[in-house]
Amino acid sequence: MRTLNRKILRNLWGMKAQVIAIVMVIASGVATFIMSVSTMQSLKLTQATFYTECRFAEVFASLKRAPESLRSRIQEISGINHVETRVSAPLTIDIPDFSDPATGHIISIPDNGQPLLNSLYLRQGRLPEPYRENEIVIGESFAKAHNFKPGATVGAVINGRRKNLTIVGIALSPEHIYQMPPGAVFPDFERYGVMWMRRSPLGTAYDMDGAFNDVTLTLTPGAHINDVIDRIDKLLKPYGGLGAYGRKDQMSHRYLSEEFRQLEQMATIFPVIFLGVAAFLLNVVISRLINIQREEVAALKAFGYRNLDIGLHFVKLVLLIVLAGVLGGIAGGFWFGRWMSTIYMEFYRFPFLKYQLQPQVVVIATLVTATAAIIGTLHSVRKAALLPPAQAMRPESPPAFRVSLPERLGLKHLLSQPTRMIIRNIERKPVKSLLSITGIAFACAIMMVGSFQKDAVDYIVDVQFGLSQREDLSVTFVEPTSRRVLYELQRIEGIEYGEVFRTVPVRLRFGHRSYRTTIQGLESGGDLQRLLNTDLKPILLPSAGIVLTDHLGEMLGVHEGDRLRVEVLEGNQMEFSVPVAALIRQYIGVSAYMDLRALNRLMREGNAISGVYLAVDSRYLHEIFDRLKETPRIAGTEIREKAITNFYETMGETVLIFTFINTLLAGIIAFGVVYNSARIALSERSRELASLRVLGFTKGEISYILLGELSALTLAAIPLGFLVGKGMCAYIAETLKTDLFRIPLILEADTYAFAATVVLISACVSGMLVWRRLSQLDLIAVLKSKE
Amino acid sequence: MNESTHKETIVFQARGITKVYDMGEVKVRALRGVDMDLYSGELIVLLGPSGSGKSTLLNILGGLDTATTGHVTYREQDITRALDKELTDYRRFHVGFVFQFYNLIPSLTALENVSVVTEIAKNPMDPAEALRLVGLGDRIDHFPAQLSGGEQQRVAIARAVAKNPAVLLCDEPTGALDSATGIIVLQVLERINRELGTATVLITHNADIADMADRVIYLSDGLISRVRRNEHKKSPSELHW
Ligand SMILES: Nc1ncnc2c1ncn2[C@@H]1O[C@H](COP(=O)(O)OP(=O)(O)O)[C@@H](O)[C@H]1O
Ligand SMILES: [Mg+2]
Repeated sequence: MRTLNRKILRNLWGMKAQVIAIVMVIASGVATFIMSVSTMQSLKLTQATFYTECRFAEVFASLKRAPESLRSRIQEISGINHVETRVSAPLTIDIPDFSDPATGHIISIPDNGQPLLNSLYLRQGRLPEPYRENEIVIGESFAKAHNFKPGATVGAVINGRRKNLTIVGIALSPEHIYQMPPGAVFPDFERYGVMWMRRSPLGTAYDMDGAFNDVTLTLTPGAHINDVIDRIDKLLKPYGGLGAYGRKDQMSHRYLSEEFRQLEQMATIFPVIFLGVAAFLLNVVISRLINIQREEVAALKAFGYRNLDIGLHFVKLVLLIVLAGVLGGIAGGFWFGRWMSTIYMEFYRFPFLKYQLQPQVVVIATLVTATAAIIGTLHSVRKAALLPPAQAMRPESPPAFRVSLPERLGLKHLLSQPTRMIIRNIERKPVKSLLSITGIAFACAIMMVGSFQKDAVDYIVDVQFGLSQREDLSVTFVEPTSRRVLYELQRIEGIEYGEVFRTVPVRLRFGHRSYRTTIQGLESGGDLQRLLNTDLKPILLPSAGIVLTDHLGEMLGVHEGDRLRVEVLEGNQMEFSVPVAALIRQYIGVSAYMDLRALNRLMREGNAISGVYLAVDSRYLHEIFDRLKETPRIAGTEIREKAITNFYETMGETVLIFTFINTLLAGIIAFGVVYNSARIALSERSRELASLRVLGFTKGEISYILLGELSALTLAAIPLGFLVGKGMCAYIAETLKTDLFRIPLILEADTYAFAATVVLISACVSGMLVWRRLSQLDLIAVLKSKE
Repeated sequence: MNESTHKETIVFQARGITKVYDMGEVKVRALRGVDMDLYSGELIVLLGPSGSGKSTLLNILGGLDTATTGHVTYREQDITRALDKELTDYRRFHVGFVFQFYNLIPSLTALENVSVVTEIAKNPMDPAEALRLVGLGDRIDHFPAQLSGGEQQRVAIARAVAKNPAVLLCDEPTGALDSATGIIVLQVLERINRELGTATVLITHNADIADMADRVIYLSDGLISRVRRNEHKKSPSELHW
């Protein structure tokens, strides 16, 4: 057997270029798999460790104000383990040398030591001294954005009173891994900050002495979270409770989960495609190899090698290729995975990275790849193993050709002899030709998947910020205010136009489904905020009823005309029901909309507004910001341009990196498939082509016969690839729908062009490599050797 | 050698062998009832025109193929009723094949082409020794592509005899060679038959080669038409065609 093993190595060496191509495809598949799975597992592990270390709460609730004595009554609810009451206050922040208005939240920590729940992971400095006034810890992302070090001071307005706060520490919190300003969909590290202060001084500053307006808790094992939430809601209702919620509705946690889910999808889709292609390539190459070795196999059997020996011989050969691919893939996947995890870790600002490649992942990758490879080659290997030796000794009869379809249609005289040979050859092996086309088409399709997400992101920005959200600034107030503020703001120089809006946090219910979001009350006929129908045409806001984002409608399972129950999660906490007036197209966020007046009426609140959208003259931006900073009770200011940058940053850091890696690997596939098709065509036909050369055909003519066939297959594959690619993009768009954003199926011409170009370049390079071999064709040797 | 010793050490006994290839619409009757015996140490030439069924018969004797009807016994063992696994073992331990187109494994050297067979045999020669036996002691590290047709065929013979088989079955071993080279190959076969006493069946459609046999069996159209015993075997060097 040792000698046969040597044969394996020589065979592999003999087709090294093809072997390398397949090994790279396998390695790519394994690498994507290992990269995605290990990144995902590492992030989850990091997250879980961080949550445990910092005792991340399980239930959260905000309320208007309750006396501290209520705490013991909360504690009595069965199923609750730890309870921590807090004071949480919005504030505006005044940062030296930073003109944009910044806002944030300041949260209390106990007067002594760390919080019981959601403890702070200190990165620099220390916690404030017990009971110490005006000392704060700030979140790391905000600190980094402004290069704050412990010892720095910032000005802040809490509850209308100005304070100078000294930063004594910089920390991370499990509650604010993903930090988002209220009403925004993307993190804004520069303009929104979370900070912490001792309970007593913050209570005093925010008029919450001996009271709290926020509570977090953990559950005892086996407790039913929904029961606990119901009990808490009942208990807090008289105190202006805004509805308790679990981790799954906690902003930071929810967005992390969504990101992880996306990663999970990618971790399955791409490796499946890569391994499918690898199995296909192995199938083509191995069946060719076995065909060439028909008589060798027959001789081995004549000398007493068993079917099993022969089968194992080829299986070993396949597994050796798989092994090389898997090893490369593990190395690549480990490297990419660590790189990606580091990027994600920095992006989410996890305090540490627990990168790990679990042995099971490697085992699964190896088994799945080996299985795919064996399945891909099973048929050929079986054929070799069962080959009747006597028959294999007889020379194969010449392949049966027939006059091709175009010729039968009477086009014969239009086709040159070489062209006729190309067509007949393709027609003679329809299955094989079809498989080659499919392989190349998949390469093309994967390239499309790679660049499609970038198109889609550009498109989302165009729609969201070009057609729908057209204000330059939006200003949100701490509490509902009167419409009058708009007139005051419009007096500021540079503010040209404004529209008011009302934002009401609600829980929408339909049947057994519910969703926490906000209703935006908009001025009808407004020009800054427009709602778009599914054709992206602006629609007029109906004067009655509610309008839902299509994604929200889908999640709630509602259609136009259905009645939704609305539970208001602020102030008077009323409940009412409204009919769904329309569903609109929106790629970012999950919101509901109503006519401002109708909303005010249902809320029985007169002309209350939550904020204003402004169109401004950009020359006056600095002055406007200065004035806004002086305006009390502003909770947040969103600047359109920054929103766009933030969107790109969020997308760029996560999805697009993944996409980049996949595009790279797709290029490898494209080349692998095309090159292998070309090499096999060459090996199958070198005798025939050499004979033609002997008969006086020129190099150009025989190159045309071989490369013409390859070109025909490639050209046929590209349109098919477009179709497959579109299907794959649609599938990805569908599975990657999240609350954060939905990717529309937008395929720009350049995506098609890019995919086709990569395939054509691969084809040209392969063609050139094959052509070089064609010119070196040894006529005598080819004719002498009996194949 | 006299008749009586032949009878005692019979290697093959074939009785009523027929072979029908079922090609769907047509049935090809390649053998139509063949009886023959092969005695140990004997060299038989199977002579007949192309398509007369020589290869079919040889393949059945060698366990590469099975007869449609009839029996072949090899040393009292009926190989026509053997399972595939038993046939494989039979080939592995008892039979050496030499084919018209050599059927060497191109990716293996001469020595390795021999070892690939000795590695699975029970009591083989040293592969290098087998190559020296066929006069290729100095070419053991050459790949088939670096050898001439005659040399390749001699490697194939070394490969066939290296396992010390009881029978050597050669299907037109000189068919692809010129006469001078063919004679060298036949000399090797004759020497092996003489020195090792390996019973040998040699197929040819070349009547001149028949003169080196102990017996000549004429096959035509799937039937044995005549058996001739050569009183005076010629040595291969005396042959020419
Ligand atoms: N595998 C096969 N399938 C169909 N017909 C076959 C097969 N092998 C041999 N034959 C036919 O059987 C007859 C005898 O063939 P063969 O034994 O190879 O003749 P020879 O070796 O004497 O030239 C021929 O007509 C041949 O076409
Ligand atoms: Mg024959």
